[in-house]
Amino acid sequence: MTSPAPLRPARLVDHFQYGLAAPICLTWELTYACNLSCVHCLSSSGRRDPRELTTDECKAVIDELERMQVFYVNIGGGEPTVRPDFWELVDHATAHRVGVKFSTNGIRITPDAARRLAGSDYVDVQLSLDGATADVNDAVRGRGSYDTALRAMENLRAAGSSGFKISVVATRHNIGQLDEFKALADSYGAQLRLTRLRPSGRGADVWDELHPTAEQQRTLYDWLVEHGENVLTGDSFFHLSAYGGPLPGLNLCGAGRVVCLIDPVGDVYACPFAIHDTFKAGNVRDDGTSPPNGTPPRRSWARRSPSRSPSRSWASPTPCPHGGRAAPRDACRWSRTPVCGTASPRSGGSRSSSPTCAARRPAG
Amino acid sequence: MPPFDMARPWTLHPQVAVRPEPFGALLYHFGTRRLSFLKDRRLLAAVQLLTDEPSAADACRTAGVHDHELAGYRAALETLATSRMIVQRTPPRHPEAP
Repeated sequence: MTSPAPLRPARLVDHFQYGLAAPICLTWELTYACNLSCVHCLSSSGRRDPRELTTDECKAVIDELERMQVFYVNIGGGEPTVRPDFWELVDHATAHRVGVKFSTNGIRITPDAARRLAGSDYVDVQLSLDGATADVNDAVRGRGSYDTALRAMENLRAAGSSGFKISVVATRHNIGQLDEFKALADSYGAQLRLTRLRPSGRGADVWDELHPTAEQQRTLYDWLVEHGENVLTGDSFFHLSAYGGPLPGLNLCGAGRVVCLIDPVGDVYACPFAIHDTFKAGNVRDDGTSPPNGTPPRRSWARRSPSRSPSRSWASPTPCPHGGRAAPRDACRWSRTPVCGTASPRSGGSRSSSPTCAARRPAG
Repeated sequence: MPPFDMARPWTLHPQVAVRPEPFGALLYHFGTRRLSFLKDRRLLAAVQLLTDEPSAADACRTAGVHDHELAGYRAALETLATSRMIVQRTPPRHPEAP
């Protein structure tokens, strides 16, 4: 992100604190169907939900995103490309000037699909890979998944599609491979993207085995300080800034302010990693009321209250006590949230019980 | 890149989308995938006026920028030009009368 020279001494995080007119980064889990069954899947994917949004309903969501001027949507799942209407929806979005970034394990990135992607300015691909070698990757993502991803990367390179992303969830078993991931991405003309393991979905089941150790978090922090400008992280590691200076990327929690999530049945949540009723803002199937002045109707989930309170912005139904800026206290607040399974009644953020908290002090 | 020329005609890059926000606007470039923030409503107005004004300086003045403030706006526009959010427009849409 860049910003022209500020004309007034206002900080952007102050604006983000109150929520934007619409999300910058909207995650859309298009389906929970998946050919894989990764042990750490955030959405416990594998089977299609029979109540999934139809093609027409999906197109209506895209039309709403266009009206909200959401620049691009991050499509995930499940494996979104297994939906038979996937490419039709991508075309609908780009025709309506809504860019698409989608996450895939590569299963449907055939030579044809790769050529199609290479020809579009409005579509980005994120290939998921959780090990720089087959043994490390397949232990988490399933046998053969490394070869599937590498085949997709070969197809993209052969089609002349450069700049695709290789998306890695940092775990205890792959933090030692950061340099290898970077070399792999460089050799394909791709960009490395690192995200945090979240104790959501099946990620909660394998949390104890996979979450990076305190020592590894320090390794990750130091590596990001050195290489971070060329590595994408979104807001994944804002909590690590407690080790020193802020890292490149977004150094605050974006839930309900900058990001939100739409799930396969159309439920909208403030945070993509806290899919819980507390954070549910509504459903895209809810009827909107047409304003009297003839402007297009805005469905209730997409309307933003005139109030500047973050709790009333487009995707946060109740005040979220867990979000915050990059202060260690606030980072810990996120991990204390009961929906993440690490509830701690203690006050005083730096005494968080969460193992992900960089500012954690020993108990007692 | 040469210094930003306020006397030249400029325009938004055709791949840039502008979304007004309470604090100004967000700009997104679909080509470079970069996001920029306009933290000032007059800067937003000036950017939107670029295409129809003969020069960047004229766009700023029409947007209500006073002469003593022009240097700050020039710096902001230069940043936008560096990230290719705005580009030079040739030939000028409104050539000056002879």
